[in-house]
Amino acid sequence: MNEKKIDKTRRNLIAATAAVGGAAGAAVAVPFAWSWWPSERAKAAGAPVEADITGIAPGEMKIVEWRGKPVWIMRRTKEMLESLSKDDGKVSDPKSEVDQQPEYAKNEYRSIKPEFLVLVGICTHLGCSPQPKAADDKGEMGSDWSGGFLCPCHGSKFDLAGRVFKGSPAPINLEVPPYTYLSDGKLLIGDDKKGA
Amino acid sequence: MASRLMALWDWFDARMPSVAEEYRKHMSEYYAPKNFNFWYFFGALSILVLAIQIVSGIFLTMNYKPDAALAFGSVEYIMRDVPGGWIIRYIHSTGASAFFIVVYLHMFRGLLYGSFKQPRELVWIFGVLIYLTLMAEAFFGYLLPWGQMSYWGAQVIVNLFGTIPFIGPDLSLWIRGDYVVGDATLNRFFAMHVIAIPLVLLGLVAAHILALHDVGSNNPDGVEIKKHKGPDGHPLDGIPFHPYYTVKDLAGAVVFLAVFCAILFFLPEMGGYFLEYNNFNPADPLKTPPHIAPVWYFTPYYSILRAVPPLFNSQFPGVMAMGISTLILFFLPWLDRSPVKSIRYRGPLYKWALAIFVVTFLVLGYLGTEPVTVWGQAGAWLGNADRATVAARVLSLIYFAFFFLMPWYTAKDKTMPVPERVTT
Amino acid sequence: MKKLLVALALLPVLAAFSAQASEDGYRLDRAPIDPKDLLSLQSGARTFVNYCLNCHGAQFMRYNRLTDLGLTEAEIRDNLVFTGAKVGDTMKVALQAKDGKAMFGVAPPDLSVVARARGADWIYTYLRTFYRDPATPSGWNNAVFPTVAMPHVLWSLQGERAYGPAPKEESKEAGKAEAGGHEGGQEMQWTQLTPGTQAEVQYDTTVRDLVNFLVYMGEPSAVNRKRLGVVVLFALGILFIFAYALKKEYWKDVH
Repeated sequence: MNEKKIDKTRRNLIAATAAVGGAAGAAVAVPFAWSWWPSERAKAAGAPVEADITGIAPGEMKIVEWRGKPVWIMRRTKEMLESLSKDDGKVSDPKSEVDQQPEYAKNEYRSIKPEFLVLVGICTHLGCSPQPKAADDKGEMGSDWSGGFLCPCHGSKFDLAGRVFKGSPAPINLEVPPYTYLSDGKLLIGDDKKGA
Repeated sequence: MASRLMALWDWFDARMPSVAEEYRKHMSEYYAPKNFNFWYFFGALSILVLAIQIVSGIFLTMNYKPDAALAFGSVEYIMRDVPGGWIIRYIHSTGASAFFIVVYLHMFRGLLYGSFKQPRELVWIFGVLIYLTLMAEAFFGYLLPWGQMSYWGAQVIVNLFGTIPFIGPDLSLWIRGDYVVGDATLNRFFAMHVIAIPLVLLGLVAAHILALHDVGSNNPDGVEIKKHKGPDGHPLDGIPFHPYYTVKDLAGAVVFLAVFCAILFFLPEMGGYFLEYNNFNPADPLKTPPHIAPVWYFTPYYSILRAVPPLFNSQFPGVMAMGISTLILFFLPWLDRSPVKSIRYRGPLYKWALAIFVVTFLVLGYLGTEPVTVWGQAGAWLGNADRATVAARVLSLIYFAFFFLMPWYTAKDKTMPVPERVTT
Repeated sequence: MKKLLVALALLPVLAAFSAQASEDGYRLDRAPIDPKDLLSLQSGARTFVNYCLNCHGAQFMRYNRLTDLGLTEAEIRDNLVFTGAKVGDTMKVALQAKDGKAMFGVAPPDLSVVARARGADWIYTYLRTFYRDPATPSGWNNAVFPTVAMPHVLWSLQGERAYGPAPKEESKEAGKAEAGGHEGGQEMQWTQLTPGTQAEVQYDTTVRDLVNFLVYMGEPSAVNRKRLGVVVLFALGILFIFAYALKKEYWKDVH
């Protein structure tokens, strides 16, 4: 009779010690696992980048680096913006349903201000960097080409809002990074909350 | 659920029965003496510290850079920029000193209870090999932070090898991989510290434990428990290691971890003994520190090295003395002529010898941390020699006497009758 | 036996509390720093970037870590970053090592961990014991660090002082001089030559805050470390209660 009681005490004690010990063990594992998060150095290197957009001519593109990736800033002309609706039927995700852009870029121009397009210049297929192809490059791109980008690796095509054309190996639109206007002439790429 | 797990275990056990067999052989049916006391915690604690050093070491390797230009900075990077990095660094630095404290106490247990005596000579030999390997591991590891003490400590020790007649200078060049300690040295010491020596250490620890389990553990009375077995074939004074000693070692481990964490979180530098102040200065090959000393766990041997003056224009005799002072440990099972194992039943000669040896070791250790001028000068009658050097010479002689005179005083010692069964 | 063990076990703790001394020579004052005093740390940070960061670097210290001192990133950027550095950058020095060596004979060392190498007391005393010495290249010398290459950067705050042998007899001017150390058995004294913008007590506070900051900079996680330590020891205490109870439960059977 007593043995049953002792056994129960022993079993409960084992369970309790195991529980406390397990919790302690988990707590010890925390700093080790925690150490894998990006270090302060990595975070500083990945910090938002300021870009001066005053020098970009209409129709021209500037490339800045953010988190090791190329970010395109293209100053679109009126014609470029008007040509976008022509591509609506030819792109896979005309309304940007897939989450490849912040809320403020979920519009027909995929940007805060229509004039400036900000895109991460990495093809959503396998990571090469596409090249800009102007609207008059119909010889290479075809007679109904309104302008956009061509990825040299596997031929994916994107329009002047970074939307992927149907038939491309790439599945989704080019990514719009978080960004904000610090002033009319300056963008902050990588952060959309103003101030510190 | 429980029956599913049982079924899974049965499947496994049918295909790899050696797991359960080894578990029985080394844990649940390894009968250890029931009278283990405080001194018997330190073997298990050594394994615990080894595990702690391996895990913390692996995570340090993830961010440390073994390059002379980047090493010092990478340690500060770990301390400041890597999330939780400072904890990992302090675990490893505290663990290094804790390893030696635990190992020294573990070895002392051997001296107390004659655990090195027949039939456990091989256990002792593997143990001394572990100790020497551990010293090498610590030596290689200490260069890695690339501070002033790291650099100059390595320079001095490698130069000691240079005193060996004929082969010395080439040997030093070969160890360093360069004319002075430099990037080449750092890289190879990194490889030794991170993988080569740890593998050797793991192998030696396995051999040490297997050799022990083959003959069975000693105990504070030095009584062989296998002499009196019960009807079930188990020693009357034995208890299965699991659960009794697993549960006791668990409690002991928690106490150890409390002391360990108290140091880690409140005194990680330990007054400059665990993390030396001058090592927060980056290595400067052009600026020798006024005072170079090895880390505290090497200082007894450093004292002996320094105590021997240059003979025949060479420091090699000092190096030899230092070498002998560690290697003499191998011969302990044959130096001790006492018929009795445990200090409890030995006579006064051994008790005094051991007590004096401990004090000698500690004072030699202290002296090794200080410059030779620490106790001032003696009078003209001693040629105005440094008092500390005189003391170190006397103490070194006592250190060697403990071993070399042992065959005489252990044979002469009056022993007491050893009980048949263990006491508590 | 047990008492001896306890005594031996406490030895390392005694060692830990021994202050880092200057080898022989000038007696060090205790730096009265409080690592939790954020205002002191902020003041020290300001002194550091204004006076020290021109020649010395702190290459392992990131500007944005100074949020530890209760500052926002904007405050750091506006008040403490004078170079074109971003707030996430480290406090690199503008002065090239080569030029530093040419100007001073030795490149000014990086100060990120100087407090861990020298100790707070040493730095606190050092920064308060500069004196005029025409024999040196810079015109300055230091009682704690003789023939130091560094000039007295904070001289405008402390003013200029002389350090020399004290007169043998009691001087009626004794009020001006301050007792110094002993140099080769000779009593020394400090004399104020020209005043600085700060009185002695105020200057000591400025230096205290600077040293406080240097100690913080040497190990920014120090305060965190101690807080976590309390939690960990408490948790281990709880774990010990269970582990010990479990041990006792099993060992009941052993006689």
